[in-house]
Amino acid sequence: MCLGVPGKVIEMQSNAAGVTMGKVDFAGVVKEICLAYVPEVKVGEFVIAHAGFAINTLDEKEALEVFETLKQIDDLAELEIPQP
Amino acid sequence: MKYIDEYRNEADAQKFIAAIQRVATRPWTIMEICGGQTHTLIKFGIDRMLPERVTLVHGPGCPVCVTPLELIDKAIAIARRPEVIFTSFGDMLRVPGSRDDLLSIKARGGDVRMVYSPLDAVKLAQKNPARQVVFFAVGFETTAPGNAMAVWQAKQLGVQNFSILTSHVLVPPAMEALLGSPNNRVQGFLAAGHVCTVMGYWEYEPIAAKYRVPIVVTGFEPLDLLQGIYMTLQQLEAGRVQVENQYTRAVRREGNLPAQKLIAQVFEVTDRKWRGIGEIPRSGYRLRDEFAAFDAEKRFDVGAVTAQESPLCIAGEILQGLKRPRDCAAFAKQCAPEHPLGAPMVSSEGACAAYYQYSVSSIQYSVESDTEH
Ligand code: SF4
Repeated sequence: MCLGVPGKVIEMQSNAAGVTMGKVDFAGVVKEICLAYVPEVKVGEFVIAHAGFAINTLDEKEALEVFETLKQIDDLAELEIPQP
Repeated sequence: MKYIDEYRNEADAQKFIAAIQRVATRPWTIMEICGGQTHTLIKFGIDRMLPERVTLVHGPGCPVCVTPLELIDKAIAIARRPEVIFTSFGDMLRVPGSRDDLLSIKARGGDVRMVYSPLDAVKLAQKNPARQVVFFAVGFETTAPGNAMAVWQAKQLGVQNFSILTSHVLVPPAMEALLGSPNNRVQGFLAAGHVCTVMGYWEYEPIAAKYRVPIVVTGFEPLDLLQGIYMTLQQLEAGRVQVENQYTRAVRREGNLPAQKLIAQVFEVTDRKWRGIGEIPRSGYRLRDEFAAFDAEKRFDVGAVTAQESPLCIAGEILQGLKRPRDCAAFAKQCAPEHPLGAPMVSSEGACAAYYQYSVSSIQYSVESDTEH
């Protein structure tokens, strides 16, 4: 129940209690997800969802951060190659 | 799949492993708290790719595993009633109570149903006004926003035949309980990414300072975990003690404020018993008095149920990172996923089930680069 996965918002609407719901596409599996906790989200953006609830939008810029670190690690590893 | 596959790239994983080999010069013990992370670590064989001097121990972050046995027995007592539709996330259904599990109640005619979201349980209640719909609301901070919303919505819509059986638990007090124990051997923590997505990570700053442990908020994919381990080791080797955020694509320091607001409206902090660990002060949520009408324990009067654990099961020590599943004499013998003795063998987030599933069978990454073993 704790395995939140990112999915793309494809549709948004309000339910009977006035809560924002949406259809979210998880690699082809479309689920109805509550979007009340991500009021800033727009159709086409990615959210992280847990048990039917989006708990955050995915920051697409920050998503590249780990690859930045890897690049730095690569650069450092190169420095460690001994010179003749 | 976007935002998943790229974090599983094996060549990149090997780069992190090499960086970890370089940075770790001494033996260190790191705990990952979340069962989802335990699952990834074992599934991808990350624990075996690390240098031997880096030990990973698995924390109490499997909600199914820490839900007290009494509560499972209460769930079973409620689910047996003919007027009840008992709803739950799938992995709670197989957790053994003292005598039964919820699935066997279903097999004997009980109306037990798996739901994807607690809001689906509210919908079921609206569709079945003559029945009582109960949702088994367990979990960490990650499921609290959803469970709070279900109760809030039921109240808004005047759905009177809906209630929740709740045993919500909170991560920071459990970390403190582990760190304060004389047996503690954890030197650094990977904090659970999605718990922090909801609650933020400011709460961990005083814990890191008080117990002098680095804490790195970490995601769930192999590269996330490797980077989290790398960042923790960098701190340990440099003698730094900070709360750092590896999982910046999903976590902000303050967390999700609208979610925190509704949680605070519906729930209040209370002492909670953790299966295998015992009572931890102020480590969970209960419904506020304004929402007491939605409390299944009160509605069905099951407050007095008590329970007895299997004497073979050492889940308590496993959940505290003191032992690993293979240290249990029953592991893969009397206890297996088809006939679990304890909760950690039930959920895919449980350490015993993860070890059983993956260490017995194949590993996805190779271990060749690890010259230490
Ligand atoms: S292997 Fe089974 S009996 Fe042993 S600790 Fe794990 S759940 Fe308990």
